[in-house]
Amino acid sequence: MKRNDTIYSRIFDVFNVLFLIFFAAVTTLPFIYIIAGSFASQAEITARGFFLIPREPRTEAYLYILESRLLPRAMWISILMTGVGTAVSMFLTVTFAYPLSKKYLPGRNVMLALVVFTMLFSGGMIPTFLTVRALGLLNSFWALIIPQAISVWNLIVLMKFFQSIPEELEESARIDGATDWRVFLQIILPLSTAGIATFSLFYAVGYWNSFRPALLYLGGAPDLWPLQLVLRNIVLMAGGVIQDVVWDPDALQPPPDSIRNAVIVFATVPILLVYPFIQKHFTKGVMIGAIKG
Amino acid sequence: MSKTQPLSARFARAIRRYWVLYLLCVPGALFFILFRYGPMWGILVAFQDYNIWRGFWDSDWVGFAHFTRFFNGPNFRVLMTNTLMLSLLNIVFAFPAPIILALFLNELRLAWFKRTIQTLIYVPHFISWVIIGSMTFMLLSHGGPINAFLGNFGVGPFPFLTSVGAFRPIMVVQGIWRGAGFGTIIFLAALSSVDMEQYEAAIVDGASRWRQCWHITLPALRSVVVLLLILQMGSVLDTNFDQVVLLSNAGNRSVSDVIETFVFREGIIGGNFSFTTAIGVFQSIIGLILVVAADRTAKAVGQSGLF
Repeated sequence: MKRNDTIYSRIFDVFNVLFLIFFAAVTTLPFIYIIAGSFASQAEITARGFFLIPREPRTEAYLYILESRLLPRAMWISILMTGVGTAVSMFLTVTFAYPLSKKYLPGRNVMLALVVFTMLFSGGMIPTFLTVRALGLLNSFWALIIPQAISVWNLIVLMKFFQSIPEELEESARIDGATDWRVFLQIILPLSTAGIATFSLFYAVGYWNSFRPALLYLGGAPDLWPLQLVLRNIVLMAGGVIQDVVWDPDALQPPPDSIRNAVIVFATVPILLVYPFIQKHFTKGVMIGAIKG
Repeated sequence: MSKTQPLSARFARAIRRYWVLYLLCVPGALFFILFRYGPMWGILVAFQDYNIWRGFWDSDWVGFAHFTRFFNGPNFRVLMTNTLMLSLLNIVFAFPAPIILALFLNELRLAWFKRTIQTLIYVPHFISWVIIGSMTFMLLSHGGPINAFLGNFGVGPFPFLTSVGAFRPIMVVQGIWRGAGFGTIIFLAALSSVDMEQYEAAIVDGASRWRQCWHITLPALRSVVVLLLILQMGSVLDTNFDQVVLLSNAGNRSVSDVIETFVFREGIIGGNFSFTTAIGVFQSIIGLILVVAADRTAKAVGQSGLF
């Protein structure tokens, strides 16, 4: 396409590229600083301020945090919560979204209206807490998952995804004598693998990053705290000291700042590892969600 | 024929015909009944003097006492001011950020450069608030890099993390840092549907890039901007609990205490269930009124609304 290349237009292009490079740098540099800081000595952190490559890389901070039983256990809880939670959430979301996608189903509009209403009005934090307590879920692993298992947003977007599957496919299968079960299991689900993968990733990232359910419902069960809550406690509350680490008293304890940095890296790496896989899918998911109706 | 059948007969027929679909509804419906509508019933606790030991059925009813206590109490003004200030700052600064960023990205001509920038600026959306709060702590702490940098000019060190004045700016910057990049996706999608011929016609007519942006690009974003603004309006009393909890401390409490953190502290930690439920009900009702009002307004000015 030809464009009117005036001098102002050129100047704007240069400014635009510089501005976006600046924005991307501001986004990325904190991560690199934290990684660099996790390998640095306290003297270097204090003396150099901001740096991206440590002069004398050390790994004590990582050896220190791996001595702890707390962090690997929290990591394990987080992995379990993410795996089980995603499975539970997807089961509930898929099985509910499919019938809701059938406009001819009697009662469907009422159910959909009741579901959408929960986006506009909720009982609030305390009544939800009292419900969770009344159901005996307080201080249990399931409190991390069940009370927030369905995201209404994901449910509605997945419903729209099911609606976009051509009706003729189901009809021709019915003419061949397939029951509703077979249509759902052998036609709809196989056609929806892309959508199912996308929403699984959304749920998985949500669970991995979640911190609020543990804070609200697991106050009395520190053994079940996921990584995010443990991370907060180490970095923001305990001053970079991990209580259960037995460290050789003759050896110098690694500086609290590099321990903090190392713990942050420890919790961030899993997300950065899956990011390339998520990236392929999320744009698609947001696009489906953008279709209003 | 079927219209004249009694409801129960039609219902029985529907169940027989569509029993598989209804069966599939059961787990999901159960979730909504237990964890979304159950708590709505639990709102009644706000009108009681709820006592854990006596339970819901035996606690005394007190009417609107908790509501009047909240409205007349010392916390009301502080909590409302803090909550509304954060929402206002978000609408003024964080809301336009992805729109502006999307406009800049849209003007890029090099496809590979655009993709690279997008890949980098989407990352923070997937980073938890705990990690963002922790990174903020490291960057802004007394001996951290920002204070070291300011020290080069002979200023500081500033106690950013505990200062009253820094809390709101940090909240806004964190919000933009995490959300602006990913937020561009929806606007870029709206822009990709603009017909290229419109731009070509504008170029033939001698329109500058600025005028193309003003007359073609911006109007293409109008409806999605209105939609997102309606949603934003409905949540002016919902602050980001995770973000606030991680950044608030004794030093900045006077500006960082918002409705949700107060409810958490007094309710879940302090055990004042009835009083804090009343506060939550107030928050939910205002949210509902605002989102409906914003939707009506949008429709009144000729935009398509939410429902």
